[in-house]
Amino acid sequence: MGASKVIHALYTDDDVLMSAVKAVKAEKHHIEEVYTPFPVHGLDKALGLAPTRIAIAAFLYGCVGLTVAITMMNFIMIEDWPQNIGGKPSFSYIENMPAFVPIMFELTVFFAAHLMVITFYLRSRMWPFKNAENPDPRTTDDHFLMEIPIHNNEKQLKTLLAKTGAVEVHVVEKEAH
Amino acid sequence: MYTFSKRLKITALSLIIIGALGWVSSYTSSHHLTLEDVKVMLEEEASHHGTTTHSDTEAHAATIHSTHDNTHQSDEAHHGDEHAEHVLHQMHNRPYAALYVAAFFFMMISLGVLAFYAIQHAAQAGWSPVLFRVMEAITYYLLPGAVIVLGIALWAGDHIFIWMDPEVVAHDELIQGKSGWLNKTGFAIRGIIFIAGWSFYRWISRKYSLAQDTAKDNRNFKKLFRWSAGFLVFYIYTESMMSWDWIMSVDPHWFSTLFGWYVFASMFVSGITVIALITIYLKSKGLLEFVNDSHLHDLAKFMFAISVFWTYLWFSQFMLIWYANIPEEVTYFVTRIEDYKLPFFGMLVLNFIFPFLVLMNSDYKRVPWFIIMAGIVILIGHYVDVFNMIMPATVGDRWFFGIPELSAVALFLGLFLYVVFYAISKAPLLPKGNPFIKESEQFHY
Repeated sequence: MGASKVIHALYTDDDVLMSAVKAVKAEKHHIEEVYTPFPVHGLDKALGLAPTRIAIAAFLYGCVGLTVAITMMNFIMIEDWPQNIGGKPSFSYIENMPAFVPIMFELTVFFAAHLMVITFYLRSRMWPFKNAENPDPRTTDDHFLMEIPIHNNEKQLKTLLAKTGAVEVHVVEKEAH
Repeated sequence: MYTFSKRLKITALSLIIIGALGWVSSYTSSHHLTLEDVKVMLEEEASHHGTTTHSDTEAHAATIHSTHDNTHQSDEAHHGDEHAEHVLHQMHNRPYAALYVAAFFFMMISLGVLAFYAIQHAAQAGWSPVLFRVMEAITYYLLPGAVIVLGIALWAGDHIFIWMDPEVVAHDELIQGKSGWLNKTGFAIRGIIFIAGWSFYRWISRKYSLAQDTAKDNRNFKKLFRWSAGFLVFYIYTESMMSWDWIMSVDPHWFSTLFGWYVFASMFVSGITVIALITIYLKSKGLLEFVNDSHLHDLAKFMFAISVFWTYLWFSQFMLIWYANIPEEVTYFVTRIEDYKLPFFGMLVLNFIFPFLVLMNSDYKRVPWFIIMAGIVILIGHYVDVFNMIMPATVGDRWFFGIPELSAVALFLGLFLYVVFYAISKAPLLPKGNPFIKESEQFHY
């Protein structure tokens, strides 16, 4: 695939952006991407994106963390070097479990949080030293950008976007990747 | 406007009557018990259990207000007599304790909602004003409920609070040391101050909330904000002291420094759950059409979060005492784990594991029947929590969920429903003068 033409519409307010997205979707145009300086509630639904599965991933990562904690504490405190915990030298994991609960909790949260962030980065194709894909640096400040591919309907799209309250509308050549 | 339907009125009244009859019958039958009956009963039990009676006796003496010096090797017959008398006391205490647990549980729902309501005003929350009338109705029960709890406590006296018995105090140096706080006059005065303060805030907040409906400016709203912020300070002190007085002092030797928080978590989650349940009920009647899925979602989030918070406090209290293993502290949990294994650990399933798994998924928090199911389990769990706090000190191992407990629950459930739904019918369900009402009606996530 060679270069393709896309249209960039910029907005300065998240509510205006939301109604613009709804208007564009109502006209059955495909929205390639929306760049925003902060998460906009309900944008994923308005764009018609599939629901995120990060929650399921987080649950599974939490389970991994819990398992690691239990195995680790059992090896360290019970098997490898049995410890007398709180004057109760029973050397059984289950009887000493209250002492391990904070660690079990912490590692569950630790694994869920860190692996979730890493998953999010990988899934968003972000890794160190990668060049930014962001088409306009103002979207990291106070602008919202909607990107729509053009299929011989440049004029129609431009009038539509102008009506939705876009502050700027450009047509750009985009390298396909 | 909601009108108090006849069917609900009849349900509430019949619950009250059934509960009252059941409780009175169990009260009279337990009072007719004599020492002889108990001895016969104990002998029957002994023949069932074989040789375990003696160790049972010892466990008793160790766990229940260990005020009498136990000369273990004393005359066996004498020991048996003492034990039988002890059991007789416990069986006499049971109807009082059952009534107290149920009365406290429903009072605590109302008090939890009052705190939640004050937080909404102090935080000037934008999502919740559509629920204010439901909350105000639930807190209407606070005054009668709290007066009943205090009344039962003073009337039952040493049937629930062992330190109210001068005989016991005379032989107990630990209670003597605490008698500056633990005395009947102080208990009554503090109780009246708590109830007066809470009821005053409830009265003034309702007044300003209703006045705001027809007001042209936000003056009432601003006053309500100030009163709410002030009340929260008063509340957190008095709630804590109330929990020492009305619950923790049933075990006068034992204390826990986070007890106030623990009881607070329990009342907060029960209160929020009841807000959700009543909201869903009214919505199913076609009222509260301005309450949407997102409001329910937020309430369910609170139910989930505060259930976890309750577990956190329960565990913090348990782990420190378990770890340190100091006899006078650990006896509290030894009693509960030995004699109350099912309610003690069952409570953790009801209050933590079940709501945690059921309400974890974001979508399920918007499904009314999921909220109702989790809510009922949470309420049962927190009733059991209060049960676990009161019963071991009053009836020892003579506990059961029987006629006295169930009828006391029915009695106060009926009273609670009657008072709350009466209050709901007294005002429009939409506080239309609240400056955040538009935001609240359009609230969506």
